[in-house]
Amino acid sequence: MSYEPATAVLDEETHEAINIDRTKGDFTFPERHKFDAGRGLTEKTIDYICDVKKDPDWVREFRHKALKVFLEKPTPTHWATKDLENINFDEIRYYLSDGEKPKRSWDDVPADVLKTFERLGIPEQERAFLAGVEAQYDSEAAYSNMKEELTKLGVIFVNSAEGLREHEEIFRPWFGKVIPTGDNKYSALNSAVFSGGSFIYIPKGVKLKQPLQAYFRINSENFGQFERTLIIADEGAELMYMEGCTAPKFETATLHSAVVELVALKGAKIQYVTVQNWSSNVFNLVTKRGVAMEDAEVRWIDCNIGSRLTMKYPGVVMKGERARGEVISIALANTGQHQDTGAKMIHAANNTTSNVVSKSISVGEGRATYRGQVHIPKHLKGCRNNTECDALLINSHSRTDTYPAITVKGNQHATQHEASVSQVSEDMLFYMQQRGLNEGQAMSLAVNGFINDLVREFPMEYSVELKRLIDLEMEGSVG
Amino acid sequence: MTTTAPQTPAVFPAWFAARQHDAWERYLATPAPKRGDESWRFSNLKQLDFEGFSRNAGVSPASDLISRSTGLKKTAAKFIFSNDELVHSESSLPQGVICLPLAEALVSHGDLVAAHFMKQETRLGSAKFAAWHEASVSNGLFVHTGENAEIEGAIEVHHWISGANTVIFPHTLIITGKNSKVRVIDIFRSADDITPGLAIAFNDLSAGPNSQLDYIAIQALNEVTRIIHINETSTARDASAKGFILNIGASWARNECLSRLEGAGSRSDMLSVSVPAREQEYDQRTFQHHVSEGAYSDLLYKNSLYDNSRTIFSGLIFVDRDAHHTDAYQTCRNLLMSDTCEANSMPGLEINADQVKCSHGSTSSQIHDEEIFYLQARGIDPTSARQLIARGFSVEAVERLGDEATEEFVLGFIDDKFSHIASGGA
Repeated sequence: MSYEPATAVLDEETHEAINIDRTKGDFTFPERHKFDAGRGLTEKTIDYICDVKKDPDWVREFRHKALKVFLEKPTPTHWATKDLENINFDEIRYYLSDGEKPKRSWDDVPADVLKTFERLGIPEQERAFLAGVEAQYDSEAAYSNMKEELTKLGVIFVNSAEGLREHEEIFRPWFGKVIPTGDNKYSALNSAVFSGGSFIYIPKGVKLKQPLQAYFRINSENFGQFERTLIIADEGAELMYMEGCTAPKFETATLHSAVVELVALKGAKIQYVTVQNWSSNVFNLVTKRGVAMEDAEVRWIDCNIGSRLTMKYPGVVMKGERARGEVISIALANTGQHQDTGAKMIHAANNTTSNVVSKSISVGEGRATYRGQVHIPKHLKGCRNNTECDALLINSHSRTDTYPAITVKGNQHATQHEASVSQVSEDMLFYMQQRGLNEGQAMSLAVNGFINDLVREFPMEYSVELKRLIDLEMEGSVG
Repeated sequence: MTTTAPQTPAVFPAWFAARQHDAWERYLATPAPKRGDESWRFSNLKQLDFEGFSRNAGVSPASDLISRSTGLKKTAAKFIFSNDELVHSESSLPQGVICLPLAEALVSHGDLVAAHFMKQETRLGSAKFAAWHEASVSNGLFVHTGENAEIEGAIEVHHWISGANTVIFPHTLIITGKNSKVRVIDIFRSADDITPGLAIAFNDLSAGPNSQLDYIAIQALNEVTRIIHINETSTARDASAKGFILNIGASWARNECLSRLEGAGSRSDMLSVSVPAREQEYDQRTFQHHVSEGAYSDLLYKNSLYDNSRTIFSGLIFVDRDAHHTDAYQTCRNLLMSDTCEANSMPGLEINADQVKCSHGSTSSQIHDEEIFYLQARGIDPTSARQLIARGFSVEAVERLGDEATEEFVLGFIDDKFSHIASGGA
């Protein structure tokens, strides 16, 4: 059969193409840390972080409690991959910073850090289409700025330490409430050592026309990045938040474990866009959840391209009537990668609706997993859920799994779940080649067609980028 | 649960006594399922307290049970067991087909039984209970068709439980030879409606090359009885196995069905219809294991839930690394007939090969008002309309059996349940 040798060529070349893209973030500068909490995690590490960050006492207490929970909780390998056992928590450095405050102007940012973010195109994007940017380098933000008119409207966009210190009355009531410390082992770890991330408050009725962006960069080896994000959209407010991330490829594993909490009050809308492109030695264990009150909407738009192991299941708790939750996700798993992603939809009020659309592509020996939970309790009525999972297998040793769990109580609801697994069919490739495309172009077109309707959900700038990424991977791969 | 080792009857071969002894050790050593076990997710673990159940001789008069063991008009063979004791058998099977109570087969065809008896590891959660079964089993059905034997009509087996707190361990072992064809129907029932019982049932179904093996289980126990029913099916090259489970009885039923597609071009159909009502709870776990390439598996489970009933469906399609050109499908549909029922679905896929066509779907929904209105407009009252739709919903899976007499027999039980619900339940 003609298909077999062709895939073999595509296999190797596809790998190369994907690596080309990932090298965008694969560079590093020498470390020059004023503050280094050392390796391993003890009570002392926590105190060190608290002292450097000048945390209020209640935060210190919160961190210490979280450490206990983290140490008590077992690694969840009874359902998750055994690869988690390869994380050596004693080797990781939990806090690294140069002790500088985040700068409001790129001119004040240290030269190597500026160079880093320029290579990643952040200042350029800020000028082009962003309302505000926070750029985090290891444990702390190097740059943080927002358009002036937004400050006048009362929008708050600060890092986590500043948020808890300066705006305690706004953030403390929701901090750790959407995702409690004990939610899982890694949320407890984050709660103990969190640093950086964005705390955002959008006042009543304020609708941001341009997105806010955060960019997370790991520069140091054996480092664990634990940013903490809390976004509160007050009644009728709207915003789009985007995050991107890269790290250089070190010899040893790096850990990224974030906690992201979203609160959409009555009628508010939050869209949270992630393009995750960590290098393939990063363990990316992230807990993300939003609460949607009456008529509010929380949308997670998620794209996972990088990392060694990603475990991420964005969730929405629909607490108010007619609230809406949505997760749109694209995952690309290459050899050596396991993208374990999914969604959690918890219906907690009448007439709430949720939608999950997940598409994954497994290349080489990559493994893509969808894990989902939909919960509709007994006393409610008129709840609806739609879940669609599609997986595309490119090579003969690619792997894909789907593990949804759907609980429906009562008869006034409707849920549907569908999943399919397929490969790019020989017929399809043959048909396109008949019309003059080479095999690489044909493969690229097929893959683009597979994810096209989801790519459109990403903001313009990202969707162009994503499409080009797929093109790059597939094109030139055979040709 | 029982704490003393069951005694293997002295007439059974030594290898069997040794197996039972080992199984008992394994049973004691295996921890009971606990919260957090993925294979018991959503399960009600309280149902696993089997304290106080023991084996009993049949207390109901055999003649009464025999007269109540009505089934198909025409059968190839018929066996009636009361508390695992054979009380009646008749057979018009062709020569060359071995079809015996397991207790007899162990003595007369020990080697054949040894070659196929409980060869696979129980993977879907009930390893402990499978060990209990293995240590305690004393009877059941043994079928070995030999080659080119096409058996007309079905082999019908009635399993009765009688007497308070009685546990039975029925075993069904079927081996079809090359190019042969057989259909076996197991019917599980209680002697009365008020006495609690327990069944730990196990099937070994092995479909030989190009053979056809149909297995139908009708679970119509009384509503104070519990059952764990484990089904292991394997298919050789070009073989076709069909498994169907009907759940209408029992207070709690756990079904674990595993199909191993071992031969190229083989096919497995896994079908189930469940109609739980009142407080009934059905917990079903399935596994479609594609070992060989070019095999086909199709699963269709349909649940109609009434009153406070609860169902759990957890299915997995597992495609081995070299099982290319696999076609595997899995569908679980829940029809919610009350506002207090609960349906849990976990349809899963694990795919390690390419050139694979796989899909799964799960839906949960109620009957739409328009559908009822449509039938009312044709002069059917709403209660009948709802029942008509629920019946039609179940029929889709029953029709896949492809044998009119069997379908009619199965539908008889479903209709009984619906009329039972209409008169007392929903």
